[in-house]
Amino acid sequence: MAPVVRRIYDQMLEPKWAIAMGACSSSMGIFNNYAIVPADKFMPVDVHVPGCPPRPEALMHGILKLRKMIQDDPDLSWRERYGAVGTEEVIEAPAGSAGA
Amino acid sequence: MPDQVGLELIAAALGEAIPGSVLDTEYFRGQASLQVAPSAVRPVLAALRESHGYRALMSVHGVDYYPHEPRLGVHYQLLDMFRVDRIAVKLRVTLDAPSIESVTPDWPTANHQEREVYDMFGVEFEGHPDLRRILMPEDYEGHPQRRDFPLGGEPVLFTHNDATSPGWTR
Amino acid sequence: MSTRADYRRMEDSITLAPLEEQVAAQRGGPTAELLTLNIGPHHPATHGVLRLLVTLEGEVVRDIKPIIGYVHTGIEKTAEDKAYWKVIPVVERMDYLSYYFNAMAFCGAVETLLECEVPKRAQYLRVIHLELNRIMSHLVWLGTSALDLGAMSMFWYCFREREMILDLFEQSSGQRMHTRYFQVGGVIEDIPLGFEAKLREFIAIMPTRVDQYNDLLKRNEILLQRLRNTCTLDEESLLGLGVTGPLLRAAGNPWDLRKAAPYSSYEDFQFKIPVGTVGDNYDRYAVRVAEMKESVKIVEQALDGLPEGPHITADRKIALPPRHELATSMEALIHHFKLVTEGFRVPPGEVYYPIESPRGELGCFVRSDGSAKPARVHMRDPSFVNLQATAAMTRGSYIADLIATLAMLDPILGGIDR
Repeated sequence: MAPVVRRIYDQMLEPKWAIAMGACSSSMGIFNNYAIVPADKFMPVDVHVPGCPPRPEALMHGILKLRKMIQDDPDLSWRERYGAVGTEEVIEAPAGSAGA
Repeated sequence: MPDQVGLELIAAALGEAIPGSVLDTEYFRGQASLQVAPSAVRPVLAALRESHGYRALMSVHGVDYYPHEPRLGVHYQLLDMFRVDRIAVKLRVTLDAPSIESVTPDWPTANHQEREVYDMFGVEFEGHPDLRRILMPEDYEGHPQRRDFPLGGEPVLFTHNDATSPGWTR
Repeated sequence: MSTRADYRRMEDSITLAPLEEQVAAQRGGPTAELLTLNIGPHHPATHGVLRLLVTLEGEVVRDIKPIIGYVHTGIEKTAEDKAYWKVIPVVERMDYLSYYFNAMAFCGAVETLLECEVPKRAQYLRVIHLELNRIMSHLVWLGTSALDLGAMSMFWYCFREREMILDLFEQSSGQRMHTRYFQVGGVIEDIPLGFEAKLREFIAIMPTRVDQYNDLLKRNEILLQRLRNTCTLDEESLLGLGVTGPLLRAAGNPWDLRKAAPYSSYEDFQFKIPVGTVGDNYDRYAVRVAEMKESVKIVEQALDGLPEGPHITADRKIALPPRHELATSMEALIHHFKLVTEGFRVPPGEVYYPIESPRGELGCFVRSDGSAKPARVHMRDPSFVNLQATAAMTRGSYIADLIATLAMLDPILGGIDR
């Protein structure tokens, strides 16, 4: 799932924010085994909503919290926020193709 | 469930029809199971379906008997819906030659389930139409459900731990 | 990073060449053109993280390859690393809409291994929660499926009733989902004061609500056109594909483990098994909606006949001692310590314990090697097996019917990928 989520995230346009919903995507929860990668490992996450599954109130609280964060500092893009400038996914042209 | 006598009768009939197929029988907690030779699994299942009425294959699951040998096991749960009767067919294969005949041509339901056993235990099913990994990515190495495969996982680092392990959150 | 190259390589293993040849032969030459359409893994109509590679000829579906594993969480592996009673919350998270059923299958298998007798009151309490869970699962199915078919308000009506059930679950166990209410040997706590009154309220209201759903949908022309006589599959093929549950009953086979091989005192209750006639999408819809009403009946009977007695087995080697005993009894303290640190040991053996989940036969296979941790836990999840029928059901029908069929199939990806 990690490459899929990362790809979708990279395809989204700025401004963008991410909420990691549930324990698995934040701390791997009760499983913590070979099959799980927490979301922080491959993409920046702004708000973690814990719980397995989170209560509706928790998710609402997370969304409101994110809204507050955006209101406080709407201009900052995530790469600068996380010091991740230069990590953009670049697809190399196949070797030997014209103009490469 | 067939009772203990019924199980022995089935085993005897199978042993007569397919010599050397039934290695052992087990009756445990009211559940009957046959231990069969890995090479005979497809004819045994076909015979159970044709002559004994077990027309539905309910489940296929893999087992790792580590540290006992032969290590890998495959179980088939058969069901007779008319007599409400279940029987398990079990077989064991070694790690060196984890290869048995696929029953997917006879029972289409085994398709995904055999793929799962292949994915998780590395048992190869000859004659399976599409034997690929099903749950893990196709380029994954190893068979996670084997007992000697590490559980994996990693210590969880929270942002308040950034003081002790700096740089993780950025 | 060259994720793109890996992606393409993974897809290479799926070849459509034989299919293209087959169609070309039918059409007398390579005139027909096949289109491969990728649906998912993130798509509202797939009810989870399911990816379908659909081969289309015009608008007609020629083949479907489901690609799964996106939410594989290695639950079976984790279960091998935990003591038996700590496995219950782990297996509950497989099929996230029928958590009581997952727990029931696992607890039943372990109880069979232990030869542990479950008190009658615990069995009845289990039935109440199982059937409420079945209604809840069907409500989510009905809401989301109707949403797929364009009936948006159904979603809100269904979730309104679902909240009532979740409130009941919260009252009895403190959690809305993944409640860990079922224990090996019984249930963790007796139902609290006020639960019965609230449940009676629900029992009174639910049948009329089901009638309201039927009024909204049953004779709705759009729904009828989308569902009736679409994607029919006969009983024989369904059995060959291992399909159980409402899908099989819609095709006319009254196979229901609650009747056929009763577990947890289901033989005490009077209920009918709704059966379809044609095996099309409409029957699949009708069977499930009728099942909700039958489940309400079972809940009512179980509540009326709820026997007095303990709610968990008295065997202190398996069940935790009551809290108040810990302060006065040394033995209780030792049992508590032993259970919490090591857990109980289970005699070696292998059992398979099937129950009837909202989606079909949910079997739990547990192998014990005599230690306090299971040597193998495997769930025969009905969604995982039923998913194989998608291709057989939809081959030759329109792509719009594929969406309807997927909705009526009711796959839960947490259960499929485990």
